[in-house]
Amino acid sequence: MTEAPPAIECRGITKRFGHVLANDAVDLVVRRGSIHGVIGENGAGKSTLMAVLHGFYPADSGEILVDGRPVAIRDSADAARHGIEMVHQHFMLVEPFRVLDNVMLGAEGGALLKRGEADARRALQRLAADYGLAVDPDAVVADLPVGARQRVEILKALYRGAEVLILDEPTGVLTPQEADDLFRVLRALRDEGKAVLLITHKLREVMAVTDRVSVMRGGRMVAHRDTASTSAGELGELMIGRRPAAAVRGAPAAPGPAMLAVEGLSVRDGAGIARVHGVSFTLHAGEILGIAGVAGNGQTELMEALAGMRAAESGTIRLRGDAVRGADAAAMRRLGVAHVPEDRLRHGLVAEFEARESAILGYHDDPAWRRILGLFSGRAVEAHAAGLMQRQDVRPALPRLRSSLFSGGNQQKLILAREMDRTPDVLLVGQPTRGVDIGGIEAIHARLRGWRQAGKAVLMVSVELDEILALSDRILVMFDGRIVGELPGGAADERRLGLLMAGAAA
Amino acid sequence: MEAALDLIVPMLSAMLRVATPLILAALAGLFAERSGVVDVGLEGKMLFAAFAAAATASVTGDVWLGLGAAILASSALALLHGFACITLRGSQVVSGMAINVLAAGLSATLALAWFRQGGQTPALPSSARFGALPLPGAEWIAEIPVLGRLLVGVLGGHAFPVYLALALVPVAAFVLWRTRFGLRLRACGENPAAVDAAGVSVARLRYAGVLIAGVLCGIAGATISTAQGAHFATDMTAGRGFIALAALILANWKPWPVLWTCLAFGLLDAVAIRLQGVPMPMLGVPFPVQAVQALPYVLTVILLAGFVGRAVAPRAAGQPYIKER
Amino acid sequence: MTPRALPGWADLALLPALNLLLALGLSALVVLAAGESPAAAMHALAIGSFGSWDSVGYTLFYATDMAFAGLAVAIAFKCGLFNIGVEGQAAIGGLGLALVMLGLDAALPASVVVILAILAGALAGAAYGAIPGWLQARRGSHVVITTIMFNFIAASLLVYLLVNVLIEPGHMAPETRRFATGLPALSAFGFPGRSPVNLALPLVLLAAFAVWVLVWRTPWGYGLRVVGANPDAAGYAGIDQGRRIIVAMAISGALAAGIAVNELLGAQNKLILNFTGGAGFTGIAVALMGRNHPLGVLLAALLFGALAQGGAELAFEMPDLPRETVLVVQGLVILFTGALGGLLKTPLARLLARER
Repeated sequence: MTEAPPAIECRGITKRFGHVLANDAVDLVVRRGSIHGVIGENGAGKSTLMAVLHGFYPADSGEILVDGRPVAIRDSADAARHGIEMVHQHFMLVEPFRVLDNVMLGAEGGALLKRGEADARRALQRLAADYGLAVDPDAVVADLPVGARQRVEILKALYRGAEVLILDEPTGVLTPQEADDLFRVLRALRDEGKAVLLITHKLREVMAVTDRVSVMRGGRMVAHRDTASTSAGELGELMIGRRPAAAVRGAPAAPGPAMLAVEGLSVRDGAGIARVHGVSFTLHAGEILGIAGVAGNGQTELMEALAGMRAAESGTIRLRGDAVRGADAAAMRRLGVAHVPEDRLRHGLVAEFEARESAILGYHDDPAWRRILGLFSGRAVEAHAAGLMQRQDVRPALPRLRSSLFSGGNQQKLILAREMDRTPDVLLVGQPTRGVDIGGIEAIHARLRGWRQAGKAVLMVSVELDEILALSDRILVMFDGRIVGELPGGAADERRLGLLMAGAAA
Repeated sequence: MEAALDLIVPMLSAMLRVATPLILAALAGLFAERSGVVDVGLEGKMLFAAFAAAATASVTGDVWLGLGAAILASSALALLHGFACITLRGSQVVSGMAINVLAAGLSATLALAWFRQGGQTPALPSSARFGALPLPGAEWIAEIPVLGRLLVGVLGGHAFPVYLALALVPVAAFVLWRTRFGLRLRACGENPAAVDAAGVSVARLRYAGVLIAGVLCGIAGATISTAQGAHFATDMTAGRGFIALAALILANWKPWPVLWTCLAFGLLDAVAIRLQGVPMPMLGVPFPVQAVQALPYVLTVILLAGFVGRAVAPRAAGQPYIKER
Repeated sequence: MTPRALPGWADLALLPALNLLLALGLSALVVLAAGESPAAAMHALAIGSFGSWDSVGYTLFYATDMAFAGLAVAIAFKCGLFNIGVEGQAAIGGLGLALVMLGLDAALPASVVVILAILAGALAGAAYGAIPGWLQARRGSHVVITTIMFNFIAASLLVYLLVNVLIEPGHMAPETRRFATGLPALSAFGFPGRSPVNLALPLVLLAAFAVWVLVWRTPWGYGLRVVGANPDAAGYAGIDQGRRIIVAMAISGALAAGIAVNELLGAQNKLILNFTGGAGFTGIAVALMGRNHPLGVLLAALLFGALAQGGAELAFEMPDLPRETVLVVQGLVILFTGALGGLLKTPLARLLARER
């Protein structure tokens, strides 16, 4: 029996960004009429591979074959010509327009819309019947719930003749009900002969809906399996891999009194979507509590609420036993809570300020650099910055250099130095070594350990599992806005960790 | 009844005349802002166009050449605005203000230098102006009691730009809501990333929007100096570009409401002129004409503050579009 | 392509100078098109603005207006706000100032009433600036549109009051009666020549210094700059954005009232229409050229004051050029520094990088 050539085949796809090898000779075979899952942690290379496939940027080397024929994909128009369409995580929809308008945009079928509309309506009816993608063509997108909006994105792709549909973390913003509806649609697409590529970190989805699954780790493709013949456990292990033995961490200091206690915290993000659901935990002095999890599971909103940048919807935050009222970042600082933000350029620094001015961000009211009449002493501000830079080895140690001109690692060191300088009791750290080179990572880890030894309470959120394992005394895993598990640091069961991070009950 | 008509007909007729440049300028702003480019330079474009029209009509004796020159002049400034905002991604508001100042300087300088009449262009003979066009069938329409006089008196005898402005409103509505171009243009003003993702050039559409604004401002300017007036004088636009902006906002960026708002402003103006100097009943104080003149601006602020209704601008207006590459 | 950073000196001094040269160059083309010699025009401008002590005095007088306006726009820009409403804020400031003078100039000694009038003017301007600030901070109304509208509202209000209420009885012109006193001209202190330059000049220098101290040397000012440079970081640092916006606009309005102090207390000694003479819009050019820094603003104000005075002389010397010719330079400066800034920045950065 001759088998039809695979819908998509990738051979040796390699893509490098600077010194980061995002994709290392990746192979992938996706058959027609199948749902193919691609799983991996943050930074495994899934998004890069998909970006190459749908033409966002070209691969450095390697081949892509569509239906057995090698093709060149230089931009999204090329990809569209070969029937490859992507449903993005962040929808590309015009909210005040109707569903019909959004579907037609770019494929109107003529200068006057009248005929195009009639064609589009007929096509939408057909698509709804074939795949169960029912949406009211005249509904305004702004009025639609998230699940319906995703359906519009899929309709757009199908209207343009997609044969291969790539979905990138599609269930991040869906309710469980909407996720099941999505799976029903995906199965219908598969049954009609389309190829569906599902990028996800959630094992439940992979086991529930895919036919085949490929695992990526560290830029490489490490395994392909038929879903029916594997298990969540095996996949979780493949995703995480064998970790090198954690470095000697010194005797863990006996954790001190509770510094930060969180009870039933729920937080909504800027768009009003609930991101944290009833999280509770306690942070003690003299410990590093690591919050592990794939990005986008509520860690960002949790940190923002703890730092006073965002008001929680419900629940309590207690600092040394006293409840903290409302969202007030300045007050949190005064109460001894320091915060190293996840996004250092967006929150942690002012790019156009000189380093010495970024070095007092959040602490500009402090009397330490103010003299007569409360005015700043230029010398004191500069001396403070110089001191920080020297003590924490920020290079170049030039307080007058513009903040944006420092390397990522040095910016991070500056922020860390600033936050610890006021000797807080609690330190909230988000992605402490994002964008930092190896040497810088070691230095930052040493500092974090030092603060634990000094009796500080450190809460660390990181998507880098190595980091979590190397530093944490206790590990909490966050998935879908909830704490789904707690493990002791050091001797953490990696298999269980992987399963928890991927949302599979351990 | 006749006395009432004696009062109403000239006022309504004046309303149409005054509203015409406002309608044109507001439609200009509509196309620019709907495509995502904020345009506070309507005033400057109109002023420069008014000069170009009057100057050309004076020199050539042909009002249509004047109209052409006005369109070219205004479009040149519009392209400059487009280049600064779309290609160079500069500040749209600053660019608009710069064009206002530049136009004021250019028009005054060239007017004085070329015509040596204290900053004015020579008075245009009626052959070099837009003449009054009679309403077709005016004679027998006028026979109809009451309504006839109303129709002929209000709608008849206007200059060409008046009828053009009225006709352009449904045209604008049709182009924006019933053509492919209009759909894509409006999408650029709400979510240019979606347009880009669909493989359509955002820059090209925004340039089109800005250029249409240039053309319409050109006609508006020509109206002021060669239809309503008979020459160009320094600063003759007198803030009409900003009233048009106010009208656009009050109309929530839609063509038909633009028409009604501009007509309302025109009516306000006609009424205010009539009532100037007339003492207010029971108060004895002279009628505050300035209050009526300030009304469009006050209403706009109230709307923007969200106290009564909400003005919803095109979401992406004011932001340069940067492809995420 | 990541924007290459210009070295500090190039960003602050070279780029504005190049922008100015480009603006002057293009203006020269306009002058040519007008049938006059650009060289002669430049000469007339130079002589007209600095050729005699009288001219210098007038230049400084206009520069005082520009400096107040530039400071007003600059401090708003530092908070991320584009205040186009300096004209209106100055008008209302003038109203407040005039009301105090008209009401109290007979009852109080000169220095007291003048100081009170200045304070009243500043307060009035501050209030008129704070309203659009409040609308932006609490209602989300774009400060650009509201300040444009407020300009027209202020103008209408002033016309109404001057024509109907405050007009000097028996006179035709829409102005108030003369104030009993005002700010003494600098010539009373030995400044040579005859010109209206008055104590408002040292006042604006003081104001510039005060703005510098406030914005760059106080924690409050630090917060202001963070809000303007990176609102997200302001949230991280616990800086109240809304309050900064309202207060910044209030200070901006108070500075705008300085134009009224200079013109009405220092020169006219009565309230008249259109005393601002477009200084509010020139202030935008001044702030942009001065890179929103008080020192730069003062220097740019001097330049535009010279353009204003020189322009008036130019119109006198060369009857074919109106005083509005300098608006061409002004408009081009705004265009280059504000909107076409990208045009020169990238090639300049590349050029300087290569030479390193």
